[in-house]
Amino acid sequence: MAFKRIIPCLDVDNGRVVKGINFLDLRDAGDPVELAERYDHGGADEIVFLDVTATSSERSTAVELASRVAERIFVPFTIGGGIRSPEDAQAVLDAGADKVAVNSAAVSDPDLISRMADRFGSQCVVLAVDARLRASGSGWEVFTAGGRKESGREAIEWITEGVSLGAGEILLTSMDRDGTQVGYDLDLLSAAVTAVSVPIIASGGAGTAQHMASAFDTGVDAALLASILHDGDETVGSVKEALLGLGVDVRSLANFS
Amino acid sequence: MQPTVGTKIAVIDHGTGNLTSLTRALSKIGATPVRCSSPGDAEGCAAVMLPGVGSFPNGMAALSATGFAQFIQSQAHAGIPLLGVCLGMQMLFESSSEQRSTEGLGLLGGRVRPLAAGVQRLPHIGWSPVTWSIASALTAGLDAEADMYHVHSFVAEPAAEEDVLGTASHGEVFCSAVERGNIYGVQFHPEKSSEAGLRLLANFAEMASVANMKVPA
Repeated sequence: MAFKRIIPCLDVDNGRVVKGINFLDLRDAGDPVELAERYDHGGADEIVFLDVTATSSERSTAVELASRVAERIFVPFTIGGGIRSPEDAQAVLDAGADKVAVNSAAVSDPDLISRMADRFGSQCVVLAVDARLRASGSGWEVFTAGGRKESGREAIEWITEGVSLGAGEILLTSMDRDGTQVGYDLDLLSAAVTAVSVPIIASGGAGTAQHMASAFDTGVDAALLASILHDGDETVGSVKEALLGLGVDVRSLANFS
Repeated sequence: MQPTVGTKIAVIDHGTGNLTSLTRALSKIGATPVRCSSPGDAEGCAAVMLPGVGSFPNGMAALSATGFAQFIQSQAHAGIPLLGVCLGMQMLFESSSEQRSTEGLGLLGGRVRPLAAGVQRLPHIGWSPVTWSIASALTAGLDAEADMYHVHSFVAEPAAEEDVLGTASHGEVFCSAVERGNIYGVQFHPEKSSEAGLRLLANFAEMASVANMKVPA
């Protein structure tokens, strides 16, 4: 068995952590490396960094971030945001990242997923999908460019295609729930779990351990946490303790003799 | 862990893996990692680490092409502490069935085969508890069940039961760590396993420091 994973997510803009509600209203939440180190020591199973405003001219900042993180963090970490080519991915992986997440670039160039999977292996390639419930209430649409652009693509169909192209993991964010702390979009998660067999990381809406336990019940492998941690309401440790109490198998901190 | 300070550990760079995390972790515990792109670079090192990601055939082809295959075999026979990580552990064995049957380094008896995951998802990615089968200097101070980060679809099946140092489970119980004399291997990534993984690396560095051997020129 593998434990269910708790993954703090740090949205980084110009080297600082920010976390918005519904992708807007960014608030400053601190130094990414310092926060990540706190999460590692606190029992985080992995850490995700998303460079939310990255443009090609800022690519070097993600590489620099990966390099700084790798010096101090000894759990796996993923870098996403603005990765548009296998060369971009190579640079952050060489700097010490374990995985790269692609989002908008893969929607406009799906073959990017297979080029990266061929070069680095599927285990390195995370497909990040930002999905919003359609106004009709049936199905979800994929949004790109940090949630600003409609793609017209159906989310579950896109996830299925991404996995067939070689994505090793899906980071699935409900834009409707992002930052709201009212609970995950469980229908979205269930649909994704049924559609593909790679691990799904649930994102958007976590407010309590019970929300996460409900997400794990759908069959997802990991829960991404942001505002619930950054605001200081909860720590990775307090979340895990509550999850253990709810019967969810999570890794607890090691004790050394 | 004072004895580990500055202990030089050769990290074999056969061009197929990302060594940054491993070298950073070795620096963190006070050892001195020496990235080696040819066997000559390892001169004076007290231990050898063989990392690796990717496929078994590619890994072995790279070890043969760079002269590392022979180098690792001769150092292991001479008694230099050797630690294989992930694919690096698998390559210590006689052969693997990944893609096609390929010969390994043959330092340990046994073969590498696909993980029988059953209903579990593959690859096995994530933290799984490793239960130690025997007492070892490599695992000194670790919990009897230590959580380690795994990423793999293949597993090594040692021919000799006594070579099994630790087991984990993913659809089946598999060998997650091996030990035979000065030869060690771990299927998981100690450099990505937080405090427990760093402790294991520190134990390896300390062991190398105590063994007090050096890779000759």
